[in-house]
Amino acid sequence: MKKVVIVGATSAIAAEAARALALDGASLFLIGRNSDKLERLAGDLRVRSGAEVHTAAFEAHDLHGASRVLEQARSALGEIDAALVAHGDLPDQRACEHDWAAAERSLVTNFMSPAAFLTWLANYFEGRKQGNITVISSVAGDRGRQSNYIYGAAKGGLTVLLQGLRNRLAHHGVSVTTIKPGFVDTPMTAHIKKGPLFASAEAVGRRTAKAMRRGESVVYAPGFWLPIMLIIRHIPECIFKKLRL
Amino acid sequence: MNTFESWGRFPKLQNQQVLPLPSPHNALPFPPEGRTVLPYGLGRSYGDSCINNGNAIIPTAGLSCFIDFDPQRGIVKAEAGVSLATILDVFVPRGWFLPVTPGTKFVTLGGAIANDIHGKNHHKAGTFGRHVLSFGLLRSDGAHHTCSPSENGPLYCATIGGLGLTGLITWVELQLTPIQSPYLDTRTIKFRNLDEFFDISVESDALFDYSVSWVDCTSEGDRLGRGLFMAGNFSSRSKRKKRPNLALPFPCEAPSWLLNSLFMRSFNNLYYNKQLSRTVDALTHYEPFFYPLDAILNWNRMYGKRGFFQYQLVVPFEHDRNIIKEIFRRITRSKRASFLAVLKTFGDIESPGMMSFPTKGVTLALDFPNDGKPTLALMDELDSIVKDAHGRIYAAKDARMSPEMFRLSYPRVGEFAPFIDPNFSSSLWRRVMEPA
Ligand SMILES: Cc1cc2nc3c(=O)[nH]c(=O)nc-3n(C[C@H](O)[C@H](O)[C@H](O)COP(=O)(O)OP(=O)(O)OC[C@H]3O[C@@H](n4cnc5c(N)ncnc54)[C@H](O)[C@@H]3O)c2cc1C
Ligand SMILES: NC(=O)c1ccc[n+]([C@@H]2O[C@H](COP(=O)([O-])OP(=O)(O)OC[C@H]3O[C@@H](n4cnc5c(N)ncnc54)[C@H](OP(=O)(O)O)[C@@H]3O)[C@@H](O)[C@H]2O)c1
Repeated sequence: MKKVVIVGATSAIAAEAARALALDGASLFLIGRNSDKLERLAGDLRVRSGAEVHTAAFEAHDLHGASRVLEQARSALGEIDAALVAHGDLPDQRACEHDWAAAERSLVTNFMSPAAFLTWLANYFEGRKQGNITVISSVAGDRGRQSNYIYGAAKGGLTVLLQGLRNRLAHHGVSVTTIKPGFVDTPMTAHIKKGPLFASAEAVGRRTAKAMRRGESVVYAPGFWLPIMLIIRHIPECIFKKLRL
Repeated sequence: MNTFESWGRFPKLQNQQVLPLPSPHNALPFPPEGRTVLPYGLGRSYGDSCINNGNAIIPTAGLSCFIDFDPQRGIVKAEAGVSLATILDVFVPRGWFLPVTPGTKFVTLGGAIANDIHGKNHHKAGTFGRHVLSFGLLRSDGAHHTCSPSENGPLYCATIGGLGLTGLITWVELQLTPIQSPYLDTRTIKFRNLDEFFDISVESDALFDYSVSWVDCTSEGDRLGRGLFMAGNFSSRSKRKKRPNLALPFPCEAPSWLLNSLFMRSFNNLYYNKQLSRTVDALTHYEPFFYPLDAILNWNRMYGKRGFFQYQLVVPFEHDRNIIKEIFRRITRSKRASFLAVLKTFGDIESPGMMSFPTKGVTLALDFPNDGKPTLALMDELDSIVKDAHGRIYAAKDARMSPEMFRLSYPRVGEFAPFIDPNFSSSLWRRVMEPA
């Protein structure tokens, strides 16, 4: 993987993945909404690896801007070998229950916007007949729970979209990777009390880079979430609905 | 999961709030009225210098970016939460090494400045602070200061060794040292007692950039203070061999019986007898040479829930070798010592830091499992010998010295105090500033 585009590059997880990819010698095109943060990360990556690093700004709610910024990435890099889509936000579930605007914001950031990027990326890689698309979804998308079902619905929708896309692109030599992190210690979870289930952004970022290199399909990060989610997915609905999760 | 304890896990945390880092160019976050904050790096300080009980800490892990590198001069600029381990990963392959490194690579740039750390090359290179060209300091009044010997000089000198009390260090510009290989030409010399140690030290320190000794704390009589003198210079030869990267986490809280004196004695014996001839030369990778303990992550948990003390002193020895002998006698007699005692001579290169610990003499560092009162009494006893010898105790490793001992160890504390940020404090600082 020589040339990689990262959308939502300033996310703590994506930044760690970018460091791992840069150390492997990849040139990077970083897309993020905050140009100060983007420049800071780009400077870091240049010192660490001497890599070629470009940046561009985007805003998740500008759904039609996705193809424009990806075109920009393609012309800067020449071609794209892999893409990582990482942006997302964790909304306040109670606020989403009472205020559609809050729910809509979260659905756009976590589902619509990644879907917009994936439309361009899918067609680009389909034409190229090789490459990898990796997206950070979440274990929260594996089953709806009362404590975060708006976020869960967006991530669940994203997971399903990626299943379909993987199926479509498998016939064209392109791998599609779904990363499902559990709890990760990042700015997104700054307000949540940390317990033993929390992983570091570094561990999840490195795992993400590894999955991209290998073109894996579905990756729980860290791996112990696979059996946990297997159980959670299989609890019968008549019991599940009574739990406080 | 980070618990924000200190490395010695003593004293225990009580009601310590964790505050987020300010985003770049923003003011510091503040704890509730009347409380103070303290930066927290990687928590590799042993005692209470990196904790702020009843108040708040600001972990600096988010200050993780490199900013710039000048490959001609070997000057790196990075945010203050970048660890020495990361600097090694990035720059050793390009032929640059840290100017000064402690016995673990898991410390941050900010932490290295705040304790003005020293390493095996103190006799040649002085402390870490001497190699810090400049840094940014964020104060609680919102002001950002750039500090260097020529800009804000007094604040620069107060912050080097300033125990995290003068503000939050945000970025650091550090001079690296060129190396031709990640390997060192090393020499290990066995010494039978402390007199031999001093003789070897005097002779070999001139020949080697790096030196340190491991001493057996269980032998008495004419074998008092026997051990291994280990020295090296970066090699110009290179050896192509990939080192396996094994850092094993220490999984659980070991019961204290693991550390009974029998265990420590056998460890010492093993260590001491592993080498049959008196001198062995070798080509050694920098990892095992500088960071033998880093191979076991969280080895501090081996001491169990009660935690442990580390005790580090420096005493002059030029005219009187008996002081250190007397200290060893007390330690071995007490049978409370750990298996790991480290002995090294400091040179006389001055640090810019007002509160820098090293001073010319011989420094001894060792662990004491926390057995409560008798352990504390032993350290008080050692303090009084150090005091009579005009020596010092290292604050980065301390959890118990008296306010008086602190003032003797840090004679410029009066000059330092006015530079403290009024909204910063630490458990250590409140303890050692208590009126007698
Ligand atoms: C195995 C081992 C070996 C060691 N060997 C040596 C040695 O050989 N020589 C030596 O000198 N020390 C040694 N030490 C001690 C260690 O180097 C110091 O305690 C060091 O300061 C720890 O750095 P840290 O990043 O973990 O900081 P912490 O321990 O988290 O904090 C230390 C101090 O730095 C301050 N601080 C941290 N970051 C900032 C910042 N950004 N701005 C302002 N203040 C800040 C804190 O407030 C605190 O006062 C050793 C420790 C261990 C565990
Ligand atoms: N942390 C967890 O526990 C966890 C668990 C499962 C899945 N995830 C997923 O992992 C991914 C990365 O998150 P993270 O944990 O690394 O958190 P993070 O550091 O807070 O990253 C979130 C990223 O999303 C970007 N973003 C948010 N809203 C945006 C908008 N409207 N327009 C453009 N960009 C926007 C943020 O940009 P700024 O940098 O400019 O703020 C940031 O880059 C997310 O998809 C998240 O859902 C996280």
